[in-house]
Amino acid sequence: MTETTTVSRTIDARGSFCPGPLMELIRAIREGQVGDVIAVWSADSGSKTDIPRWVEKAGHRLVGVFERVGYDEIVVEKLR
Amino acid sequence: MPQGGRVQRILILGGGVGGTLTANLLARKLRTRIDRGDVVVTVVDATGEHVYQPGFMYIAMGGEREQGLRRAERGLLDRRVELVVGEIVRIDDSAHAVELADGTRLIYDYVVIAVGSRITPETIPHFAEEAHHFYTPEAARRLRRALDAFTGGRLVIGIAGMPYKCPPAPLEVAFLIDSELRARHLRDRTDMHFCSPIGRAFTIESVSEMATPVFQEKGIEVHTFFNVEEIDPERKVVRSLEGEELPYDLLILVPPHKGAQVLIDSGLATGSGWLPTDRETLQVKTAPDAPDGTQSPRRPHMYALGDATDLPLSKAGSTAHFEAPVVAERIAAQVRGVEPEAKAGHYTGKVMCFFEIGGGKATLLQFDYNHPPHPPKPNRVWHLGKIAFNKTYWHTVPRGRV
Repeated sequence: MTETTTVSRTIDARGSFCPGPLMELIRAIREGQVGDVIAVWSADSGSKTDIPRWVEKAGHRLVGVFERVGYDEIVVEKLR
Repeated sequence: MPQGGRVQRILILGGGVGGTLTANLLARKLRTRIDRGDVVVTVVDATGEHVYQPGFMYIAMGGEREQGLRRAERGLLDRRVELVVGEIVRIDDSAHAVELADGTRLIYDYVVIAVGSRITPETIPHFAEEAHHFYTPEAARRLRRALDAFTGGRLVIGIAGMPYKCPPAPLEVAFLIDSELRARHLRDRTDMHFCSPIGRAFTIESVSEMATPVFQEKGIEVHTFFNVEEIDPERKVVRSLEGEELPYDLLILVPPHKGAQVLIDSGLATGSGWLPTDRETLQVKTAPDAPDGTQSPRRPHMYALGDATDLPLSKAGSTAHFEAPVVAERIAAQVRGVEPEAKAGHYTGKVMCFFEIGGGKATLLQFDYNHPPHPPKPNRVWHLGKIAFNKTYWHTVPRGRV
Protein backbone atom coordinates (compact mmCIF):
# COMPACT_ATOMS: atom_id res chain seq x y z
CA MET A 1 0.00 0.00 0.00
CA THR A 2 1.07 3.58 -0.47
CA GLU A 3 2.00 6.12 2.13
CA THR A 4 -1.13 8.30 2.28
CA THR A 5 -3.75 7.03 -0.14
CA THR A 6 -6.08 4.08 0.07
CA VAL A 7 -5.74 2.01 -3.06
CA SER A 8 -9.08 0.83 -4.44
CA ARG A 9 -7.64 -1.60 -6.96
CA THR A 10 -4.23 -3.18 -7.53
CA ILE A 11 -3.16 -4.47 -10.94
CA ASP A 12 -0.32 -6.92 -10.85
CA ALA A 13 1.31 -6.56 -14.27
CA ARG A 14 4.71 -7.89 -13.23
CA GLY A 15 4.70 -10.71 -15.77
CA SER A 16 3.82 -8.34 -18.58
CA PHE A 17 6.10 -6.26 -20.77
CA CYS A 18 5.66 -2.81 -22.23
CA PRO A 19 3.00 -1.75 -23.23
CA GLY A 20 1.16 -4.43 -21.23
CA PRO A 21 1.16 -2.63 -17.84
CA LEU A 22 -0.05 0.63 -19.42
CA MET A 23 -2.80 -1.22 -21.33
CA GLU A 24 -3.87 -2.93 -18.07
CA LEU A 25 -4.05 0.45 -16.31
CA ILE A 26 -6.09 1.93 -19.18
CA ARG A 27 -8.53 -0.98 -18.89
CA ALA A 28 -8.88 -0.37 -15.13
CA ILE A 29 -9.39 3.37 -15.64
CA ARG A 30 -12.12 2.65 -18.20
CA GLU A 31 -13.87 0.29 -15.79
CA GLY A 32 -13.37 2.44 -12.67
CA GLN A 33 -15.21 5.39 -11.06
CA VAL A 34 -13.92 8.93 -10.59
CA GLY A 35 -11.97 9.00 -7.34
CA ASP A 36 -10.73 5.40 -7.64
CA VAL A 37 -7.07 4.96 -6.80
CA ILE A 38 -5.38 2.32 -8.89
CA ALA A 39 -1.99 0.79 -8.18
CA VAL A 40 -0.06 -0.87 -11.01
CA TRP A 41 2.81 -3.21 -10.20
CA SER A 42 5.27 -3.44 -13.06
CA ALA A 43 8.67 -5.03 -13.39
CA ASP A 44 9.19 -3.41 -16.80
CA SER A 45 11.48 -0.40 -16.42
CA GLY A 46 9.64 1.45 -19.22
CA SER A 47 6.46 1.67 -17.14
CA LYS A 48 7.75 4.25 -14.64
CA THR A 49 8.24 6.74 -17.48
CA ASP A 50 5.41 5.66 -19.83
CA ILE A 51 2.64 5.51 -17.22
CA PRO A 52 3.28 8.97 -15.66
CA ARG A 53 3.38 10.47 -19.20
CA TRP A 54 0.06 8.84 -20.00
CA VAL A 55 -1.49 9.94 -16.69
CA GLU A 56 -0.54 13.55 -17.39
CA LYS A 57 -1.95 13.48 -20.92
CA ALA A 58 -5.15 11.72 -19.82
CA GLY A 59 -5.79 14.24 -17.02
CA HIS A 60 -5.57 11.94 -14.02
CA ARG A 61 -3.39 12.32 -10.89
CA LEU A 62 -0.13 10.53 -10.34
CA VAL A 63 -0.12 9.75 -6.63
CA GLY A 64 3.41 8.40 -6.85
CA VAL A 65 5.95 5.95 -8.19
CA PHE A 66 7.25 3.70 -5.41
CA GLU A 67 10.22 1.40 -5.78
CA ARG A 68 9.49 -2.02 -4.33
CA VAL A 69 11.72 -5.07 -4.26
CA GLY A 70 12.02 -6.22 -7.88
CA TYR A 71 9.24 -4.00 -9.24
CA ASP A 72 7.72 -0.51 -9.21
CA GLU A 73 4.34 0.40 -7.79
CA ILE A 74 2.75 3.25 -9.74
CA VAL A 75 -0.34 4.74 -8.11
CA VAL A 76 -2.90 6.73 -10.06
CA GLU A 77 -6.13 8.48 -9.07
CA LYS A 78 -8.90 8.63 -11.66
CA LEU A 79 -9.98 12.27 -11.89
CA ARG A 80 -12.51 12.30 -14.74
CA MET B 1 2.52 -40.85 -21.86
CA PRO B 2 0.40 -43.57 -23.44
CA GLN B 3 2.37 -46.73 -24.21
CA GLY B 4 1.74 -50.34 -25.00
CA GLY B 5 0.68 -50.30 -28.60
CA ARG B 6 -2.25 -47.90 -28.27
CA VAL B 7 -2.57 -45.37 -31.07
CA GLN B 8 -1.33 -41.92 -30.04
CA ARG B 9 -3.53 -39.12 -31.32
CA ILE B 10 -2.18 -35.64 -31.99
CA LEU B 11 -4.88 -33.07 -32.58
CA ILE B 12 -4.02 -29.70 -34.09
CA LEU B 13 -6.73 -27.09 -33.73
CA GLY B 14 -6.56 -24.56 -36.55
CA GLY B 15 -5.29 -24.74 -40.12
CA GLY B 16 -3.46 -21.44 -40.28
CA VAL B 17 0.30 -20.95 -40.56
CA GLY B 18 1.10 -22.45 -37.15
CA GLY B 19 -1.27 -25.40 -37.29
CA THR B 20 -0.44 -26.41 -40.86
CA LEU B 21 3.32 -26.18 -40.39
CA THR B 22 3.22 -28.08 -37.07
CA ALA B 23 1.18 -30.87 -38.71
CA ASN B 24 3.56 -31.14 -41.67
CA LEU B 25 6.66 -31.14 -39.46
CA LEU B 26 5.12 -33.85 -37.24
CA ALA B 27 4.25 -35.92 -40.34
CA ARG B 28 7.90 -35.72 -41.34
CA LYS B 29 9.31 -36.50 -37.89
CA LEU B 30 6.88 -39.33 -37.13
CA ARG B 31 6.52 -40.70 -40.67
CA THR B 32 7.29 -44.31 -39.80
CA ARG B 33 5.00 -44.39 -36.78
CA ILE B 34 2.17 -42.79 -38.77
CA ASP B 35 2.65 -45.30 -41.61
CA ARG B 36 2.56 -48.14 -39.06
CA GLY B 37 -0.68 -46.79 -37.63
CA ASP B 38 0.83 -46.03 -34.20
CA VAL B 39 0.31 -42.29 -34.48
CA VAL B 40 -2.49 -40.22 -36.02
CA VAL B 41 -2.00 -36.51 -36.73
CA THR B 42 -5.24 -34.61 -37.36
CA VAL B 43 -5.84 -30.96 -38.18
CA VAL B 44 -9.26 -29.56 -37.27
CA ASP B 45 -10.19 -26.41 -39.16
CA ALA B 46 -13.45 -24.46 -39.25
CA THR B 47 -13.48 -23.91 -43.02
CA GLY B 48 -10.97 -26.29 -44.58
CA GLU B 49 -9.53 -23.29 -46.34
CA HIS B 50 -6.09 -21.83 -45.60
CA VAL B 51 -6.09 -18.07 -45.77
CA TYR B 52 -2.99 -15.92 -46.19
CA GLN B 53 -4.09 -13.03 -43.98
CA PRO B 54 -1.07 -10.74 -44.54
CA GLY B 55 -2.32 -10.38 -48.11
CA PHE B 56 -5.54 -8.62 -47.03
CA MET B 57 -3.67 -5.34 -46.65
CA TYR B 58 -2.64 -5.59 -50.31
CA ILE B 59 -6.28 -5.94 -51.43
CA ALA B 60 -6.63 -2.37 -50.19
CA MET B 61 -3.12 -1.20 -51.12
CA GLY B 62 -1.69 -3.17 -53.98
CA GLY B 63 -4.27 -4.67 -56.28
CA GLU B 64 -4.15 -8.11 -54.65
CA ARG B 65 -7.17 -10.32 -55.33
CA GLU B 66 -8.88 -12.38 -52.68
CA GLN B 67 -8.80 -15.60 -54.75
CA GLY B 68 -5.01 -15.54 -54.62
CA LEU B 69 -5.08 -15.54 -50.82
CA ARG B 70 -7.11 -18.72 -50.28
CA ARG B 71 -6.24 -22.34 -50.92
CA ALA B 72 -7.69 -25.67 -49.85
CA GLU B 73 -6.03 -26.72 -46.60
CA ARG B 74 -5.98 -30.34 -47.80
CA GLY B 75 -3.58 -29.46 -50.59
CA LEU B 76 -1.10 -27.88 -48.16
CA LEU B 77 -1.05 -30.80 -45.75
CA ASP B 78 1.19 -33.83 -45.96
CA ARG B 79 -0.85 -36.82 -47.14
CA ARG B 80 -0.12 -38.47 -43.76
CA VAL B 81 -2.09 -35.74 -41.95
CA GLU B 82 -5.85 -36.13 -41.57
CA LEU B 83 -8.12 -33.11 -41.94
CA VAL B 84 -11.44 -32.66 -40.17
CA VAL B 85 -13.53 -29.65 -41.17
CA GLY B 86 -15.72 -28.41 -38.36
CA GLU B 87 -16.23 -25.69 -35.80
CA ILE B 88 -14.69 -26.40 -32.40
CA VAL B 89 -17.15 -25.59 -29.62
CA ARG B 90 -15.35 -26.99 -26.57
CA ILE B 91 -11.99 -28.31 -25.46
CA ASP B 92 -12.48 -30.62 -22.48
CA ASP B 93 -8.95 -31.16 -21.27
CA SER B 94 -9.96 -33.31 -18.31
CA ALA B 95 -11.37 -35.82 -20.81
CA HIS B 96 -8.69 -35.11 -23.48
CA ALA B 97 -11.51 -34.40 -25.92
CA VAL B 98 -12.55 -31.74 -28.40
CA GLU B 99 -16.19 -31.27 -29.34
CA LEU B 100 -17.31 -29.93 -32.70
CA ALA B 101 -20.54 -28.06 -33.52
CA ASP B 102 -21.94 -31.09 -35.39
CA GLY B 103 -21.55 -33.25 -32.26
CA THR B 104 -18.33 -34.99 -33.31
CA ARG B 105 -16.05 -35.75 -30.39
CA LEU B 106 -12.32 -36.11 -31.05
CA ILE B 107 -9.99 -37.66 -28.47
CA TYR B 108 -6.36 -36.59 -28.12
CA ASP B 109 -3.15 -37.53 -26.37
CA TYR B 110 -1.55 -34.26 -27.46
CA VAL B 111 -3.28 -31.09 -28.56
CA VAL B 112 -1.91 -28.00 -30.29
CA ILE B 113 -4.02 -24.86 -30.03
CA ALA B 114 -3.47 -22.76 -33.14
CA VAL B 115 -6.87 -21.11 -33.41
CA GLY B 116 -5.59 -17.57 -33.97
CA SER B 117 -7.29 -14.40 -32.82
CA ARG B 118 -10.43 -12.55 -33.89
CA ILE B 119 -11.36 -8.95 -34.47
CA THR B 120 -14.09 -7.35 -32.37
CA PRO B 121 -15.01 -4.05 -34.09
CA GLU B 122 -18.49 -4.34 -32.52
CA THR B 123 -17.01 -3.37 -29.15
CA ILE B 124 -16.70 0.25 -30.40
CA PRO B 125 -20.08 1.82 -31.28
CA HIS B 126 -20.32 3.10 -34.90
CA PHE B 127 -17.09 1.34 -35.88
CA ALA B 128 -18.84 -0.67 -38.60
CA GLU B 129 -20.43 2.33 -40.35
CA GLU B 130 -17.68 4.88 -39.86
CA ALA B 131 -14.30 3.18 -39.71
CA HIS B 132 -12.47 1.28 -42.41
CA HIS B 133 -9.99 -1.51 -41.82
CA PHE B 134 -8.14 -4.23 -43.74
CA TYR B 135 -8.50 -7.28 -41.49
CA THR B 136 -10.99 -9.09 -43.72
CA PRO B 137 -11.11 -9.22 -47.54
CA GLU B 138 -14.50 -7.47 -47.50
CA ALA B 139 -13.23 -4.64 -45.31
CA ALA B 140 -10.10 -4.29 -47.44
CA ARG B 141 -12.20 -4.04 -50.63
CA ARG B 142 -14.43 -1.44 -48.98
CA LEU B 143 -11.33 0.54 -47.96
CA ARG B 144 -10.04 0.32 -51.55
CA ARG B 145 -13.32 1.78 -52.83
CA ALA B 146 -13.17 4.57 -50.22
CA LEU B 147 -9.60 5.40 -51.24
CA ASP B 148 -10.60 5.44 -54.92
CA ALA B 149 -13.37 7.90 -54.07
CA PHE B 150 -11.14 10.03 -51.83
CA THR B 151 -10.32 13.44 -53.24
CA GLY B 152 -8.53 14.96 -50.25
CA GLY B 153 -9.48 15.99 -46.73
CA ARG B 154 -8.67 14.74 -43.25
CA LEU B 155 -7.41 11.18 -43.16
CA VAL B 156 -7.04 9.56 -39.73
CA ILE B 157 -5.30 6.19 -39.33
CA GLY B 158 -5.12 4.61 -35.90
CA ILE B 159 -5.01 1.58 -33.64
CA ALA B 160 -8.18 0.96 -31.64
CA GLY B 161 -6.84 -1.79 -29.36
CA MET B 162 -3.73 -3.70 -28.40
CA PRO B 163 -2.57 -6.35 -29.06
CA TYR B 164 -3.52 -6.68 -32.73
CA LYS B 165 -2.43 -8.74 -35.72
CA CYS B 166 0.64 -7.67 -37.67
CA PRO B 167 1.94 -4.73 -35.63
CA PRO B 168 3.62 -2.90 -38.55
CA ALA B 169 0.44 -3.00 -40.69
CA PRO B 170 -1.17 0.32 -39.66
CA LEU B 171 2.14 2.15 -40.10
CA GLU B 172 2.67 0.47 -43.46
CA VAL B 173 -0.84 1.48 -44.52
CA ALA B 174 -0.16 5.09 -43.53
CA PHE B 175 3.10 5.12 -45.53
CA LEU B 176 1.62 3.36 -48.56
CA ILE B 177 -1.42 5.66 -48.65
CA ASP B 178 0.91 8.66 -48.44
CA SER B 179 2.80 7.34 -51.51
CA GLU B 180 -0.44 6.66 -53.36
CA LEU B 181 -1.87 10.11 -52.63
CA ARG B 182 1.37 11.72 -53.86
CA ALA B 183 1.14 9.74 -57.09
CA ARG B 184 -2.49 10.83 -57.50
CA HIS B 185 -1.55 14.47 -56.78
CA LEU B 186 -3.89 14.50 -53.78
CA ARG B 187 -1.35 14.62 -50.98
CA ASP B 188 -1.26 18.43 -50.77
CA ARG B 189 -5.02 18.38 -50.33
CA THR B 190 -4.83 15.76 -47.54
CA ASP B 191 -4.14 16.23 -43.88
CA MET B 192 -2.81 12.90 -42.52
CA HIS B 193 -2.92 11.84 -38.87
CA PHE B 194 -1.72 8.66 -37.16
CA CYS B 195 -2.87 7.68 -33.65
CA SER B 196 -1.14 5.24 -31.34
CA PRO B 197 -2.53 4.06 -27.97
CA ILE B 198 0.92 4.16 -26.36
CA GLY B 199 3.56 6.82 -25.90
CA ARG B 200 5.23 6.24 -29.28
CA ALA B 201 4.35 5.23 -32.83
CA PHE B 202 5.29 1.54 -32.40
CA THR B 203 5.50 -0.82 -29.43
CA ILE B 204 9.17 -1.74 -29.90
CA GLU B 205 11.33 1.28 -29.13
CA SER B 206 14.01 0.71 -31.80
CA VAL B 207 11.36 0.36 -34.52
CA SER B 208 9.58 3.45 -33.26
CA GLU B 209 12.88 5.34 -33.55
CA MET B 210 13.16 4.21 -37.17
CA ALA B 211 9.52 5.00 -38.02
CA THR B 212 9.11 8.37 -36.27
CA PRO B 213 11.36 10.30 -38.71
CA VAL B 214 9.54 8.60 -41.62
CA PHE B 215 6.24 10.02 -40.32
CA GLN B 216 7.91 13.45 -40.05
CA GLU B 217 9.39 13.30 -43.58
CA LYS B 218 6.01 12.35 -45.00
CA GLY B 219 4.20 15.06 -43.05
CA ILE B 220 1.98 12.65 -41.13
CA GLU B 221 1.15 13.99 -37.67
CA VAL B 222 1.53 11.35 -34.93
CA HIS B 223 -0.80 11.46 -31.91
CA THR B 224 0.49 9.30 -29.07
CA PHE B 225 -1.54 8.06 -26.09
CA PHE B 226 -4.65 8.12 -28.25
CA ASN B 227 -6.92 5.31 -27.02
CA VAL B 228 -10.03 5.32 -29.18
CA GLU B 229 -13.06 5.74 -26.95
CA GLU B 230 -15.85 6.91 -29.22
CA ILE B 231 -16.70 7.61 -32.83
CA ASP B 232 -19.20 10.42 -33.37
CA PRO B 233 -20.81 9.81 -36.77
CA GLU B 234 -22.75 13.10 -36.69
CA ARG B 235 -19.72 15.33 -36.22
CA LYS B 236 -17.29 12.92 -37.92
CA VAL B 237 -14.83 12.96 -35.07
CA VAL B 238 -13.01 10.18 -33.28
CA ARG B 239 -12.52 10.83 -29.58
CA SER B 240 -9.86 9.37 -27.30
CA LEU B 241 -10.04 8.26 -23.67
CA GLU B 242 -7.42 10.94 -23.04
CA GLY B 243 -9.83 13.64 -24.20
CA GLU B 244 -8.42 14.42 -27.65
CA GLU B 245 -10.72 14.76 -30.67
CA LEU B 246 -9.75 14.24 -34.29
CA PRO B 247 -12.11 15.15 -37.10
CA TYR B 248 -11.97 12.87 -40.14
CA ASP B 249 -13.21 12.59 -43.68
CA LEU B 250 -11.76 9.09 -43.99
CA LEU B 251 -11.15 6.99 -40.86
CA ILE B 252 -9.03 3.81 -40.87
CA LEU B 253 -8.74 1.94 -37.55
CA VAL B 254 -7.20 -1.37 -36.58
CA PRO B 255 -10.14 -3.02 -34.80
CA PRO B 256 -9.76 -4.39 -31.25
CA HIS B 257 -8.75 -8.08 -31.11
CA LYS B 258 -9.55 -10.93 -28.72
CA GLY B 259 -8.57 -14.57 -28.37
CA ALA B 260 -10.92 -17.30 -29.63
CA GLN B 261 -14.22 -17.56 -27.75
CA VAL B 262 -13.85 -21.35 -27.50
CA LEU B 263 -10.80 -20.88 -25.24
CA ILE B 264 -12.81 -18.68 -22.85
CA ASP B 265 -15.83 -21.03 -22.99
CA SER B 266 -13.55 -24.01 -22.24
CA GLY B 267 -12.03 -22.31 -19.20
CA LEU B 268 -8.52 -22.33 -20.67
CA ALA B 269 -8.20 -18.55 -21.04
CA THR B 270 -9.78 -15.68 -19.17
CA GLY B 271 -10.37 -12.00 -19.92
CA SER B 272 -9.48 -11.22 -23.50
CA GLY B 273 -9.03 -14.86 -24.39
CA TRP B 274 -5.24 -15.16 -24.71
CA LEU B 275 -3.87 -18.51 -23.51
CA PRO B 276 -1.34 -18.41 -20.68
CA THR B 277 1.66 -20.01 -22.42
CA ASP B 278 5.18 -20.92 -21.34
CA ARG B 279 7.47 -18.61 -23.30
CA GLU B 280 10.06 -21.33 -24.05
CA THR B 281 8.27 -24.68 -24.13
CA LEU B 282 5.00 -23.23 -25.52
CA GLN B 283 3.06 -25.50 -23.17
CA VAL B 284 -0.24 -24.06 -22.00
CA LYS B 285 -0.23 -23.09 -18.32
CA THR B 286 -3.10 -23.99 -16.01
CA ALA B 287 -3.10 -20.30 -14.98
CA PRO B 288 -0.80 -17.29 -15.38
CA ASP B 289 2.32 -17.57 -13.18
CA ALA B 290 1.99 -16.20 -9.64
CA PRO B 291 3.07 -12.59 -8.94
CA ASP B 292 6.05 -13.76 -6.85
CA GLY B 293 7.39 -15.60 -9.89
CA THR B 294 6.22 -19.04 -8.80
CA GLN B 295 5.35 -20.96 -11.94
CA SER B 296 1.88 -22.38 -12.33
CA PRO B 297 1.73 -25.98 -13.59
CA ARG B 298 2.17 -26.52 -17.34
CA ARG B 299 -0.15 -28.90 -19.17
CA PRO B 300 2.42 -31.40 -20.47
CA HIS B 301 0.35 -32.48 -23.48
CA MET B 302 -1.15 -29.11 -24.53
CA TYR B 303 0.71 -26.53 -26.63
CA ALA B 304 -0.25 -23.15 -28.03
CA LEU B 305 1.27 -21.07 -30.79
CA GLY B 306 0.62 -18.07 -32.99
CA ASP B 307 -1.96 -15.44 -32.10
CA ALA B 308 -3.65 -17.65 -29.47
CA THR B 309 -0.93 -17.17 -26.82
CA ASP B 310 -0.45 -14.43 -24.24
CA LEU B 311 3.26 -14.10 -25.11
CA PRO B 312 4.59 -10.53 -25.41
CA LEU B 313 5.34 -10.95 -29.12
CA SER B 314 3.89 -9.85 -32.44
CA LYS B 315 0.61 -11.48 -33.33
CA ALA B 316 1.86 -12.45 -36.78
CA GLY B 317 2.25 -15.47 -39.01
CA SER B 318 6.00 -15.14 -38.58
CA THR B 319 5.72 -15.82 -34.84
CA ALA B 320 3.75 -19.02 -35.53
CA HIS B 321 6.23 -19.95 -38.27
CA PHE B 322 9.13 -19.95 -35.78
CA GLU B 323 7.12 -21.52 -32.94
CA ALA B 324 5.85 -24.52 -34.94
CA PRO B 325 9.23 -26.35 -35.13
CA VAL B 326 9.52 -26.12 -31.32
CA VAL B 327 6.07 -27.62 -30.77
CA ALA B 328 6.73 -30.35 -33.37
CA GLU B 329 10.10 -31.20 -31.79
CA ARG B 330 8.59 -31.47 -28.30
CA ILE B 331 5.57 -33.56 -29.28
CA ALA B 332 7.66 -35.89 -31.48
CA ALA B 333 10.06 -36.42 -28.56
CA GLN B 334 7.16 -37.13 -26.16
CA VAL B 335 5.69 -39.65 -28.61
CA ARG B 336 9.09 -41.37 -28.86
CA GLY B 337 9.53 -41.24 -25.08
CA VAL B 338 12.74 -39.20 -25.24
CA GLU B 339 13.75 -35.70 -24.14
CA PRO B 340 13.37 -32.99 -26.79
CA GLU B 341 16.58 -31.70 -28.29
CA ALA B 342 17.62 -28.77 -26.06
CA LYS B 343 17.94 -26.08 -28.73
CA ALA B 344 15.19 -27.20 -31.10
CA GLY B 345 12.79 -27.75 -28.20
CA HIS B 346 12.97 -24.24 -26.78
CA TYR B 347 11.50 -21.13 -28.38
CA THR B 348 13.71 -18.04 -28.20
CA GLY B 349 11.02 -15.56 -29.19
CA LYS B 350 12.26 -15.32 -32.78
CA VAL B 351 10.13 -13.21 -35.12
CA MET B 352 11.02 -11.81 -38.52
CA CYS B 353 8.92 -9.58 -40.72
CA PHE B 354 9.09 -7.07 -43.51
CA PHE B 355 8.01 -3.48 -42.95
CA GLU B 356 6.88 -1.33 -45.91
CA ILE B 357 7.69 2.35 -45.64
CA GLY B 358 6.21 3.45 -48.99
CA GLY B 359 7.87 4.69 -52.16
CA GLY B 360 8.77 1.10 -53.09
CA LYS B 361 11.01 0.66 -50.07
CA ALA B 362 10.87 -1.59 -47.01
CA THR B 363 12.99 -2.75 -44.12
CA LEU B 364 13.26 -5.96 -42.10
CA LEU B 365 12.45 -6.52 -38.43
CA GLN B 366 14.23 -9.47 -36.86
CA PHE B 367 14.20 -10.00 -33.10
CA ASP B 368 13.79 -12.40 -30.20
CA TYR B 369 13.11 -12.20 -26.45
CA ASN B 370 16.59 -10.87 -25.73
CA HIS B 371 17.50 -8.94 -28.88
CA PRO B 372 15.37 -6.02 -30.04
CA PRO B 373 15.27 -5.39 -33.79
CA HIS B 374 17.78 -3.09 -35.49
CA PRO B 375 16.01 -2.43 -38.78
CA PRO B 376 18.42 -1.78 -41.70
CA LYS B 377 18.02 1.39 -43.75
CA PRO B 378 14.88 0.91 -45.87
CA ASN B 379 15.58 -0.02 -49.47
CA ARG B 380 14.00 -1.54 -52.56
CA VAL B 381 15.41 -5.03 -51.94
CA TRP B 382 13.36 -5.62 -48.77
CA HIS B 383 10.23 -4.36 -50.54
CA LEU B 384 10.81 -6.84 -53.38
CA GLY B 385 11.61 -9.46 -50.74
CA LYS B 386 8.21 -8.93 -49.16
CA ILE B 387 6.40 -9.19 -52.50
CA ALA B 388 8.35 -12.37 -53.37
CA PHE B 389 7.66 -13.87 -49.93
CA ASN B 390 3.92 -13.21 -50.30
CA LYS B 391 3.85 -14.78 -53.78
CA THR B 392 5.86 -17.89 -52.88
CA TYR B 393 4.28 -18.41 -49.43
CA TRP B 394 2.16 -21.38 -50.56
CA HIS B 395 5.20 -23.38 -51.59
CA THR B 396 7.44 -22.51 -48.66
CA VAL B 397 6.13 -21.75 -45.17
CA PRO B 398 3.22 -24.20 -44.63
CA ARG B 399 5.33 -27.02 -46.08
CA GLY B 400 8.30 -26.33 -43.84
CA ARG B 401 10.67 -25.38 -46.66
CA VAL B 402 11.92 -22.15 -45.08
